[in-house]
Amino acid sequence: MLELIIAVILSSIPIMLAATGELVVERSGVLNLGVEGMMLMGAVIASITVITTGSLFLAVIFGALSGLLTSIVFGFFALVLATNQVATGLALTIFGTGLSGLIGAEYVGKAIQRLEAFNIPILSNIPYLGPVLFSHNILVYFSFIIVFIVGWFLLKTKSGLVLRAVGNNHDSAHALGYSVVFIRFCSVMFGGLMAGLGGAFLPLVLTPHWAEGMTAGKGWIALALVVFASWRPLRIPIGALLFSGITVMQLVGQARGWAMPSQFLSMLPYLATIAVLVIISRNKEFSIINAPASLGKLFIAGK
Amino acid sequence: MKKLYTILLISISSLFIAFSSFAAPLKVGFVYLTTPGDHGWTYAHERARVILEEKFGDKIETTYVENVPEGPDATRVIRELANQGNQLIFTTSFGYMDPTIKVAKEFPDKHFVHVTGYKRSDNVATSNIRFHEGRYIQGVAAGLMTKSNKIGYIASFPIPEVIMGINAFTQGLKSVNSDATVSVIWAMTWYDPGKEADAAKVHIAEGADVLAQHTDTPAMLQTAEEKGAYGFGQGSDMESFAPKAQLFASVNHWDISYIEHIEAALDGTWAAKAAGGNWDTWCSMKDNCLSVTELKNMPADATAKVQAVADSISSGSFDVFQGPIITNEGKVVAGGATLNDGDLWGMNYYVQGVIGKIPN
Amino acid sequence: MITLSPRSNISFSLTLLTPIIAIFFTLVMGLIIFSFLGYDPLKSLYYFFIAPVSRPDQVAALAVKACPLILIASGLVFCYRSNIWNIGAEGQLVFGAIFSGWLALNFLESNSFLLLPCMMLVAILGGMFWALIPAILKIRFNTNEILVSLMLTYVASLFIDFLVRGPWRDPMSFGFPLTPTYSDAALIDRVYIPFVGYIGQLHYGVFVALFVSVILWFVLMKMLPGFKIRVTGESSSAAIFAGFNPSHVTIMVMCISGGTAGLAGMIEVSANIGQLQPNISFGYGFTAIIVAFLARLNPLAAIPAGLIVALAELGGDSVQISMGMPKVVTGVFKGLLLLSLLAGETFNRYHIKFDFKKGNK
Repeated sequence: MLELIIAVILSSIPIMLAATGELVVERSGVLNLGVEGMMLMGAVIASITVITTGSLFLAVIFGALSGLLTSIVFGFFALVLATNQVATGLALTIFGTGLSGLIGAEYVGKAIQRLEAFNIPILSNIPYLGPVLFSHNILVYFSFIIVFIVGWFLLKTKSGLVLRAVGNNHDSAHALGYSVVFIRFCSVMFGGLMAGLGGAFLPLVLTPHWAEGMTAGKGWIALALVVFASWRPLRIPIGALLFSGITVMQLVGQARGWAMPSQFLSMLPYLATIAVLVIISRNKEFSIINAPASLGKLFIAGK
Repeated sequence: MKKLYTILLISISSLFIAFSSFAAPLKVGFVYLTTPGDHGWTYAHERARVILEEKFGDKIETTYVENVPEGPDATRVIRELANQGNQLIFTTSFGYMDPTIKVAKEFPDKHFVHVTGYKRSDNVATSNIRFHEGRYIQGVAAGLMTKSNKIGYIASFPIPEVIMGINAFTQGLKSVNSDATVSVIWAMTWYDPGKEADAAKVHIAEGADVLAQHTDTPAMLQTAEEKGAYGFGQGSDMESFAPKAQLFASVNHWDISYIEHIEAALDGTWAAKAAGGNWDTWCSMKDNCLSVTELKNMPADATAKVQAVADSISSGSFDVFQGPIITNEGKVVAGGATLNDGDLWGMNYYVQGVIGKIPN
Repeated sequence: MITLSPRSNISFSLTLLTPIIAIFFTLVMGLIIFSFLGYDPLKSLYYFFIAPVSRPDQVAALAVKACPLILIASGLVFCYRSNIWNIGAEGQLVFGAIFSGWLALNFLESNSFLLLPCMMLVAILGGMFWALIPAILKIRFNTNEILVSLMLTYVASLFIDFLVRGPWRDPMSFGFPLTPTYSDAALIDRVYIPFVGYIGQLHYGVFVALFVSVILWFVLMKMLPGFKIRVTGESSSAAIFAGFNPSHVTIMVMCISGGTAGLAGMIEVSANIGQLQPNISFGYGFTAIIVAFLARLNPLAAIPAGLIVALAELGGDSVQISMGMPKVVTGVFKGLLLLSLLAGETFNRYHIKFDFKKGNK
């Protein structure tokens, strides 16, 4: 059982990181559907870095930075050139999937050194709780901490307030003298950084080798998580754990020989996401309070 | 006079042979499902292709196309290879069966070899390996190494080849350890490292300490390595991914049957051999189509036992589907006899020792 | 700083020129990427764009590959025009194939000429059914159609997997995941031209695609429902003011795009595969999104746009066969093309001023 909980926590990290980044992006009023592409870029660059330099530290940094670089492409098109955000995000995913495959072609299937778990002294010795909570690699701790930092930043700081204001009504934020494009660009870059980090987690921790398209749709799940969390950062970890919990449960069901076609078990995570979307969205007042009003809308200064 | 005539004939024919060796090389095409970097299935085919190039030198010229999805795209790629003058085309996944048959009809003078299928024609031969022999040996090793008596098996799709593998593995397991059981997770993919790793974690969390797989990536072995469990390489040697966890790997040697096909194509006997859809190769360890790598990470007595089983299979003296074979619902399939090839293809049951039911 | 100001009138020639410039820009970027990766750039371009269409049967293959793209994109245009972001056409395609497959498998002995039209009809219904789920959830519960339609794509492909491995599996297939082969009456024939014969794999489904895209162009540009859709897309408040019910528009556009995707699924199976198998589509539903944008959201323009994108797909195979380049290069091209098109759209609609003076907002 303990092992299962640890497996659930680990597989929730990539989507948690990417979703936390995307949440900030969406709170600033931008919808970036390129999460999958940015994660793949993070994954491939992290793999190449660790294979060529042997440094896990550099791999984490470069993985995150490559996500950020990819997001700059999105920012330039969607914010500076004011292209359609949905289409630009899709283009980014298609582009990132292709480019990551192209530059990673020589590195496919090479074994990678794994990021080791770090036992927090004393705490990790607590029975049950220790191995579940205090015996992970450094990125796991970081993911949970960053969720709280983002929550604090968005709700308690002035910059967070400005960011939300830009997301809620870009015209009045502009009238108040804030640079809408600049603030959104920063958010998009943060989103890219986190998606790259989430992507890097895959080859560095979960399956230590690079494989083409290894995110296998996790970027899209991250997008669903943001809606699931109704744009509240602290709900992201809950959603991420729930989602990977269901994914792992269907495997457990099979291992124990539950009499149900495995395809239906495999559908569960997706059906659950839809069900949650319905529950969250049906209450219009509730979702309007939290949803950034300008989400996905074009902003042209001085229009 | 007669002597002169003979000399003339010999010199003409030798001239002809000399000429033909200067002739354009035989073009050979390969269609791959994933990339050679999968370190499993496609990697094994790619290794065979390299061996062929080394062996035949400039007598052949090979081309491969990777990541070809099973369906209309495969039809188009195979047709394109034929159009580009490839005389012999190897299509290396089960799902290429109908596309291969379809294109072969359009190019009656080209030769096609489909790997793992059952449909043949005048110019389509099939080639396969008795993978289940390697899996029986894996089962024996698993039975000797497990302490929890729980074995985790990660399978891809419920097709006969995979079910044969599970059953052969379990027969091997039961031959040395009657208490052990096998639980199966169907990943429903050949190639998804994330899912394979998750499945491995679940098996280990459920108490399994030896894992086996019928999927293509090293993800399962890497997980076993991390968690201190044991496992087996699939298709190719995966030791570099899991030096402490891999007990051994079953390695596919496609070059054995591919060489036969190329030689036949070079000397012009291919069409006659395949005529009537009669060329089917299902070769075994005895034919060197399958081998196991050096046994590692096992105590000496277990190593000796596993080696003995491997030797008896590769000498041809032992059939892994030797009865009694009883399904996990208690039905006796074979008392003392061995199963024939038809029985194997029709396998739609688990043998005793496997938990659960085959999907659908 | 770069500032944008809307152009007062959008010229027709510029509208036509934008996609051409975008394609040109993509080619230049392609040249740079090819040489960066150490391939001969001109040779790469030749094998990517010219070699795949150098024989009549290859041109036919191009049309066959473009057929589902044209169909799906012609339908998606309606969604995107009205700001409904259906990105689950892939799943709707699968459901079209499932519905029509159900009919074909129930009439394996039939030789009726009615079978094929009936299959087309139920395929359209199947695609509509799958598209209506996100549509109804959107108008009833306000859920996000992007995510729901995408999640349903995964569900659809698992569902066909279940059918093909389970209840619909051919008992004669040795347990392999294939349904029985359709009867001839359920298959779409190749095009036969007197004195010429067959041209490669060109089949009648291609003409269905062309026909549908012309009809949809007429509906969008010349008929009232099309007008409603265009107004809703331009300004939802104007649409409400004019008395158009946005929910009705949502239902309508999702039905159209789901229907075309379903039809594409049926044609793909009946013309190219002949039976159901676990995988019947390889990203047509996603690739069609690029086609819709390349066509500048015009169903008629989806025809050339579909051919161009199909060429990029075939080019990926060709550079791999001839030069050993990884096939994923196609994805890079598709992504670049879409980005250049979107940028082109901006240049088309706005004056762009480059202003580097400080303090200028």
